[in-house]
Amino acid sequence: MPETASRPVGRPLHDPIHGPDAAARTEVRTTTCYMCACRCGIRVHLREGEGGELALRYIDGNPNHPLNRGVICAKGAAGIMKQVSPARLTRPLLRKPGAARGDGDFEPISWERALEILTQRLAQIRATDPKRFALFTGRDQMQALTGLFARQFGTPNYAAHGGFCSVNMAAGMIYTVGGSFWEFGGPDLERAKLFVMIGTAEDHHSNPMKIALGDFKRRGGRFVSINPIRTGYSAIADEWIPIRPGTDGALFLAILHELIAADLIDRPFLQRYTNAPQLVVLDAGGEREGLFAFDPDPAKGPPGDGRHPHNKLAFDRASGRIVAAYPEGNEPGRDLALEGHYELADGTRVAPAFQLLRERVATTTPAWAEAITGIPAARIRQLAREIGETALHQAFELPVAWTDAWGREHPTTPGRPVAFHAMRGLAAHSNGFQTVRALAVLMSVLGTIDAPGGFRHKAPYPRHIVPNYRAFNDPAMIQPNTPLNAAPLGFPASPEELAVDAEGRPIRIDHAFSWEHPLSAHGLMHNVITNAVRGDPYRIDTLLLFMANMAWNSTMNTMAVREMLNARDTDGSYKIPFLVVCDAFQSETVAYADLVLPDTTYLERHDAMSLLDRPISEFDGPMDSVRVPVLPPTGECRPFQEVLVELASRLKLPAFTTPEGARKFKDYPDFIVRYEAQPGVGFLMGWRGEDGTQSIRGAPNPRQWEMYANNDCVFHQPLPENQRFMRNWNRAYLDFAKASGWRQRNDPIQLAIYSDTLQSFRLAARGQTAGRQPPEALRERIARHFDPLPFWYPPLEHAAVDTAAYPLAAVTQRPMAMYHAWDSQNAWLRPIHGHNHLFANPATALAAGIADGGWAWVESPWGRVRCRVRHSDAVEPGTVWTWNAIGKASGAWQLAPGADEARKGFLLNHLITEELPCDGTPSGRVSNSDPITGQAGWYDVRVRLRPADPGEPEESFPQVAAVPAPPGVLGAWGGLRRVMQFFAGRGGAGARGEGGR
Amino acid sequence: MSQAMSPVAPSAAPARAETLARQLALVIDLDVCVGCHACVTSCKSWNTSGAAGPLTDTDPYGVSPTGTYFNRVQTWEAGRYPATQTVHFPKSCLHCEDPPCVPVCPTGASYKRAEDGIVLVDADKCIGCKYCAWACPYGAREYDEARGVMTKCTLCVDRVHDARLPEADRKPACVKACPTGARLFGDVHDPASEVSRAIRERGGYALMPEWDTKPANHYLPKRVAAAEPPPRADDAPAEGGILGWFRRALG
Repeated sequence: MPETASRPVGRPLHDPIHGPDAAARTEVRTTTCYMCACRCGIRVHLREGEGGELALRYIDGNPNHPLNRGVICAKGAAGIMKQVSPARLTRPLLRKPGAARGDGDFEPISWERALEILTQRLAQIRATDPKRFALFTGRDQMQALTGLFARQFGTPNYAAHGGFCSVNMAAGMIYTVGGSFWEFGGPDLERAKLFVMIGTAEDHHSNPMKIALGDFKRRGGRFVSINPIRTGYSAIADEWIPIRPGTDGALFLAILHELIAADLIDRPFLQRYTNAPQLVVLDAGGEREGLFAFDPDPAKGPPGDGRHPHNKLAFDRASGRIVAAYPEGNEPGRDLALEGHYELADGTRVAPAFQLLRERVATTTPAWAEAITGIPAARIRQLAREIGETALHQAFELPVAWTDAWGREHPTTPGRPVAFHAMRGLAAHSNGFQTVRALAVLMSVLGTIDAPGGFRHKAPYPRHIVPNYRAFNDPAMIQPNTPLNAAPLGFPASPEELAVDAEGRPIRIDHAFSWEHPLSAHGLMHNVITNAVRGDPYRIDTLLLFMANMAWNSTMNTMAVREMLNARDTDGSYKIPFLVVCDAFQSETVAYADLVLPDTTYLERHDAMSLLDRPISEFDGPMDSVRVPVLPPTGECRPFQEVLVELASRLKLPAFTTPEGARKFKDYPDFIVRYEAQPGVGFLMGWRGEDGTQSIRGAPNPRQWEMYANNDCVFHQPLPENQRFMRNWNRAYLDFAKASGWRQRNDPIQLAIYSDTLQSFRLAARGQTAGRQPPEALRERIARHFDPLPFWYPPLEHAAVDTAAYPLAAVTQRPMAMYHAWDSQNAWLRPIHGHNHLFANPATALAAGIADGGWAWVESPWGRVRCRVRHSDAVEPGTVWTWNAIGKASGAWQLAPGADEARKGFLLNHLITEELPCDGTPSGRVSNSDPITGQAGWYDVRVRLRPADPGEPEESFPQVAAVPAPPGVLGAWGGLRRVMQFFAGRGGAGARGEGGR
Repeated sequence: MSQAMSPVAPSAAPARAETLARQLALVIDLDVCVGCHACVTSCKSWNTSGAAGPLTDTDPYGVSPTGTYFNRVQTWEAGRYPATQTVHFPKSCLHCEDPPCVPVCPTGASYKRAEDGIVLVDADKCIGCKYCAWACPYGAREYDEARGVMTKCTLCVDRVHDARLPEADRKPACVKACPTGARLFGDVHDPASEVSRAIRERGGYALMPEWDTKPANHYLPKRVAAAEPPPRADDAPAEGGILGWFRRALG
């Protein structure tokens, strides 16, 4: 037997320490990742290739970046394969005359021609009826620009993808605590002792979350995951509590029941920092029912509402009388009542908001919740006790002094070491808004809001409740060649702010901010195509889609939507007359376009991750960042934002045009530097002022890009220690936020345990107000769902479905290595998640007669899918699930026809309807969405299983015909290549040819 | 020949290896691995254009792609519902102290570096006979059909000793990438190193010790932080249960 380590092997021929190209010139450039919404700092390592060009050699996390601190995810690390993807589009394309949409039959055209076609068409629309142009964008990170473009154009028909992503999470929490999870705030795992994660939440802010989770576990923190499925982060939970989908609200209400019954609540916090003590009018009938009573003295201001909360009343137990909630109620020695019933001097019966919450949760017992959630009542009681005792009995004081909004100095900051996190799992249900409200109220009664160890805000949050951003709502202001007088998206505070016409009909193509979905802060992209084809409320002319795969995984009811994209009038013209698609890759939607605009990758462009948009701030201070090109554009690719600036200039939109009528901005980088949303406030807050010495506010700095590029492409301004917590009520922070242009006022932001904003819609629905009223048939829907206190109701789809015939819930989870369709063409990610299965509990599958690995039909009332089933003990028996967005249409993304993604992969989307029956609308249909926010109810679908017949083909259903490769697609070195040996700098496109070395 | 092609049986223990002064290794914390695969593609990205590259991909855009990965993450379920554990298990060459892949190599291409204990394949000597893959009880080798050579994890030997890199970057790509900090790297022969401490304090274990390969890489077991009072016993499988399950699954 030979020896091992001591065996004389001689020097290896192949020096393992220095690679064969070790001497080649290398260069490292920093920029910002764009493989998901996380936006980590990256270092792009380039190596000089054989031809002298710089080739991508390696992408790693930037250790100097405050967001990801050097780590990276599977997608980010596979960025090279995105750059060289065969699915990349490289030329503008025009659908050939005579070719049908969906055929993918294109001719390449020049950019000049593409821009001429667009300019001519859009100018004509703008000069006649600007709302006939609709701009909807997918997961873009430039909504400050796209929203500005739409507003300047004069169309309200604009939104990004938030309506089908997680608007319930955003709106539910913003209307309650002024901020939300993901980019707006998150769990303070650095100081938490207990972490409770509910539902799938792996996607947003993922690397910082993973960093914090690892540290939290190493410190001995306890992690409880409540989820129908044990995947992702739940895998490392100390305890997994399975729950039925769509029932989380019932669980939160039962926990509230337990906490309040045991008095495990933070009374001083509720008294001082929330509207819990404020008195609600109880007298039935009349326009004040259920609203907060207010001081009638006109000197104290107008009646309190969502935007004017400061003259409300409370009962002071110390003096035994009713006092103004502010500032009197906050004086030392006051003891504002949270319970009881009182009478005002004029005889009006009132009660503190908290009393009404108490009454609401009196019946939401653990036994009640057990029947809904499937979680044993004893376990719910135990969880409630653990949450409450950890928050309050393990509370601590952080030695950080701060001053509250009313001038009281606090020597320390109270810590509440229970942190929660949730995202899509709660949001993607039609009861999601009220469920998220319930969670936010639960977090509030424990005093965890912006508290050490609890939930913490990120600048520019918290916002006012309701945020001072009114959505465009005046149909008379849609005028030819005129910008809108407000941004298309915002946060309505009352029925008067809805975007409806005099008859109460929607004025937006997606019906956002209408009585169907009044608080749809992110729009309803998922209904644009259906509504436009139906002409409901009107026909549009041009639909511009950016980075949204509406012919496949980004839409509900996929096959029908594909037909709609091709739907024609009797005269043969398309019902959506002109469809423009901008994408970097040949997605399924590209084949349907009339005009295709090839976008660049994230490595070839400038971008701004702006505080005006979706911030990347961290708990301790505001942060923004940029992308700078590290590689030249491929082919004729142009960044979409360059195209927008170009179009805006050609159309002479006022913000892009000088008073003399000339073009104002040379290009996108010039726009970013010189555009000011308010004086001194631009897209980027770092290195402002003419010499770059100012931040947050300051004059434009012509060298701003260079300064970002020289500083890892990120600007982070840590706040002083006294502004890092309790920011809803933190004097110094509120003043700073106002001075920074993030808020119009520096008022404190009292948490909305009770939402008078919601009540104002309910009153309108009940005909108790003189103002706007909903259409007759929608009154009951509004009155029921706009409950000022959180409540649980079954997802709306369940009322339209025989749940006995369709006994199972079907949901998706998101694989961390590939949670977006963008990456399905990625050669390094495909082998990790090349196809998906339907996972079912063994008991569920066997009861349906389906063996592990067997093919089965999954049927909903709306559609059916054939797929392969795997048995899994990591899913509760009433749920089946699969990975999101793995399934592909054959031939798309330059994958070989019949690729695993198409033949074995599948989408759940085919089972999900975009509309439900509704008597209250002209079409008799309404979006399958939350009735409050319009959030797509992806996770509400009900299904049944049956085994596929033995003679059926072993492939997923439905299948679609493959489309041809569009001209200019990089596919030439993709589709047919059997062997790829990628070695930076060798061979064409940075790859080695077949045959090895 | 035929005998050499069989895996080395536990009974036929190889001669004791010389104990090296330094043994670099990975220590992987299963308590925080969320299965995100950051290590997998970071490894691929670094190594395909590095000293051990390229890492071949077959049918990258074809029907069923396969690729070379020096590091893979396997996902297992353990236990019956609802006492289910989902376990993400990153796996790569364990850089055994007594590596059975080395003595079986007819050309000396498979070798263990005396200076740091890293087990490597010298591609210029490798004839692609795959004896080493047969000998490895862990299935940690990756045969590259296109190049006709055996490949495997190098512990990023072309990073960890590269004086041109900043000190903080002289780590394997997978370690640098890992968002949850589940991957530690260091000298397991230095009792004061972070990895030795973690193994000591966290009950780090080697895979399949009965094969006497003395893997340098170690795994830190899952732990369960109990509630007060602890949850029902049947809902929280003990640590040993998972460990035992692992050993059964891998053994």
